[in-house]
Amino acid sequence: MSERIVIVGAGPAGVRAAQALVAQGVRPLLIDEGGRGGGQIYRQPPANFTRSANTLYGFEASKARSIHHTLESLRPHLDYQPDTLVWNGEHGVLDTLRQGSLAGRQRFDRLIIASGATDRVLPIPGWTLPGVYTLGAAQVALKFQGCAIGDPVVLAGSGPLLYLVAYQYAKAGATVATVLDTSPLQAQINAVPRLLTQPATFAKGLYYRAWLMAKRVPVYQGVTLLGVEGAERVTHVLWSMQGRVHALACNAIGFSHALRSETQLADLLGCSFAWSPLNRAWLPTRDELGRASVSGVYLAGDGAGILGADGAEITGELAAMAVLEDLGKRVDGKRRSQHLAALARLQRFRVGLETAFPFPTNWAVQAPDHLVVCRCEQVTAGEVRAAVRAGHWEVNRVKATCRAGMGRCQGRVCGVATVELIAGESGRPPEQVGRLRAQAPLKPLPFDLEIGP
Amino acid sequence: MTAVASDVIIVGGGIVGSSAALCLARAGRSVSVIERDFCGSRSSGVNYGGVRRQGRPLSQLPLSCRAHAIWGELAGWVGTDGEYTRSGHLKLARSEADLATLQAYALAVEPFGLGLQVMGRAELRRRFPWVGDVAAGASLCPDDGHANPRLVSPAFARAAQRQGAHLYEQTLVAEVTHNAGQFEVRSQAGQRFTAPWLLNCAGAWAGVLAAQFGEPVPMVAHHPAMLVTEPLPLFMTASTGVEGGGIYARQVARGNCVLGGGRGFAEGPDKARTGQAAILNILRNATELYPALAGAQAIRSWSGTEGYLPDNEPVLGPSLTCPGLLHGFGFAGAGFQIGPAAGEALAQCILAGEAAHSLAAFSIGRFTSLHHTGTL
Repeated sequence: MSERIVIVGAGPAGVRAAQALVAQGVRPLLIDEGGRGGGQIYRQPPANFTRSANTLYGFEASKARSIHHTLESLRPHLDYQPDTLVWNGEHGVLDTLRQGSLAGRQRFDRLIIASGATDRVLPIPGWTLPGVYTLGAAQVALKFQGCAIGDPVVLAGSGPLLYLVAYQYAKAGATVATVLDTSPLQAQINAVPRLLTQPATFAKGLYYRAWLMAKRVPVYQGVTLLGVEGAERVTHVLWSMQGRVHALACNAIGFSHALRSETQLADLLGCSFAWSPLNRAWLPTRDELGRASVSGVYLAGDGAGILGADGAEITGELAAMAVLEDLGKRVDGKRRSQHLAALARLQRFRVGLETAFPFPTNWAVQAPDHLVVCRCEQVTAGEVRAAVRAGHWEVNRVKATCRAGMGRCQGRVCGVATVELIAGESGRPPEQVGRLRAQAPLKPLPFDLEIGP
Repeated sequence: MTAVASDVIIVGGGIVGSSAALCLARAGRSVSVIERDFCGSRSSGVNYGGVRRQGRPLSQLPLSCRAHAIWGELAGWVGTDGEYTRSGHLKLARSEADLATLQAYALAVEPFGLGLQVMGRAELRRRFPWVGDVAAGASLCPDDGHANPRLVSPAFARAAQRQGAHLYEQTLVAEVTHNAGQFEVRSQAGQRFTAPWLLNCAGAWAGVLAAQFGEPVPMVAHHPAMLVTEPLPLFMTASTGVEGGGIYARQVARGNCVLGGGRGFAEGPDKARTGQAAILNILRNATELYPALAGAQAIRSWSGTEGYLPDNEPVLGPSLTCPGLLHGFGFAGAGFQIGPAAGEALAQCILAGEAAHSLAAFSIGRFTSLHHTGTL
């Protein structure tokens, strides 16, 4: 009996992994939470929408089209389960939920996890008001539904997505009131040498910014986000720069600080984790091709460490090469070397991005006690700090004490902020306050679900 | 490294060990609690949170009723109410035969004053309209209830600490020796502790220590499967269980429903989690008992590691082989309510020479005839 190879996630990493496997005569099962392939970055609109790829993806249109077309052309050669959430993993088995109500199981011999990333959120007062989105969600609204989150919108935070979303919004005809970049200009200047390792990507970043300037979209750098105001919905964003406080009228804001990896499935499967200073997060460990510590588990894409969509295509194919090697099949050594070299360049670029958009390490100091950090359980920064003052410093114990991270997101939204607060209050570095444990179901499961065929 | 000398060493900072520590510290004894993780973070802190006397064997009821009194003064004991509420505990019967069992139980425990109210289908419908039609009747213990174990169990340890007990958390016991009336415990990190008394309150892991002193017990570990829903409108007015086993449930003030039933599995010697089978079992079968859960979502599941002895009774009281050694473990998944009284009873053994309630039924001696090892 041939081995069952499963890929979770049909973004750039998952699709390239599938392609490499199919090319060697392996028929994988591709499971994707989305209804159509592409992942978040190349998310496709519903089938009856008619906006062109150029409109939806801009400079990335050819890459998006390539991923979509590749998946389409692979369809006869793989088993494909879209609309399927993987909510649990046990030794050699995945538990799934199809179309929100059909429970199923998938045995695997080898598994490539390409679970992607979500926005990294550092809350500000008022962030739970209607009209507040992450930058990723603002982009999804545009790509998936062809609509803006509001008008006028403020886009804020840091990370490469900030300028990309601002550009996409303005280009699509939305009013971008202002772009508020929390990273200082000097940081971005310091990062230029490393960013030039990917000149095309760097040029795109410059282009977005120049384009925004030409369209007279105000951009401020080195700002501090003070909060969002409004009675029933966002009406103003408060921010300060060089000691002056500004109130900016808008009816929606997109804000976040780069991305964080979705690592829960690897955690449930028992993979070992290590602290990544660059990602400021615990990540499942892997070898250069993507083999995890658990035999038969492989990691690819942003779910294994943030590297962006181009990196995801490479790590997806490399993970497939690892699978093929482990199956005793030949892999193209030259292509593998080329990919590893490209990956090394991307990693240097990533270091540059982290210099340009540094993590706002002063966030925890600035977060007021009344700030809601965990929105599911309505836990404030003050309550997290109180738990630390009561003697708890390990994140799972703080969670048990004050409920931060205990709600339906299981810390996927509030985990970063909770860790930063514990670190700030306990005087420990963030890598020494523990790692939030993943628990099944990875996303909410309904009662009365049916057992699928 | 010099040894930490105290009157009593307690291995295990769960609810039994911590309440023993609290009672001993209050009486002026110096206490060292050695906990491999964080106090109250294992099964004492991740259990379902039922605080009930109903359903316990008669042998446990004197101690359980003493625990009931402690729970009634919980804030005075540990400085927090721990979300403890006397909601009532409703045990559902799925059949007339099960209802007859509940009736017989009510009769048998009458001397203990639990005030059980056994009701048939019509009365159950009238008083608890949120219970599904599959229930043929129920038995209500009005003063039983539930609490948040994540808050209560660590609070016992913190209260002991405030009374002067020393907590050594994240401290793994590597070796225990007994010489000339003194126990010496050495931790994996090389810390040493000495005392004339040693309490073995190590839960599902207590068997190793008991065996070392010539008292092996046939204890096995089980892993209850539990999950919690997102907050729902309040409807469940009592903590529930099912006669003969089934899905138990309670609703906390925030609105989340906590449900348990079936078993998870061990992921290693000290980690456990729920599996697919147990989660699906609860999700697919809970709504016939609790119809209001239809359309709700489960957001998280968990398990723990609980020690079970063949008769489902704990081991509680003095060692029969080693003077100064006391055991308190093996509560068969039902140690949360009775834990504070069990800890108090162990403290009484040291302070008064014996416990206020007889611990004869829980003696480790009931297993010695099964084993003929006994050498150190």
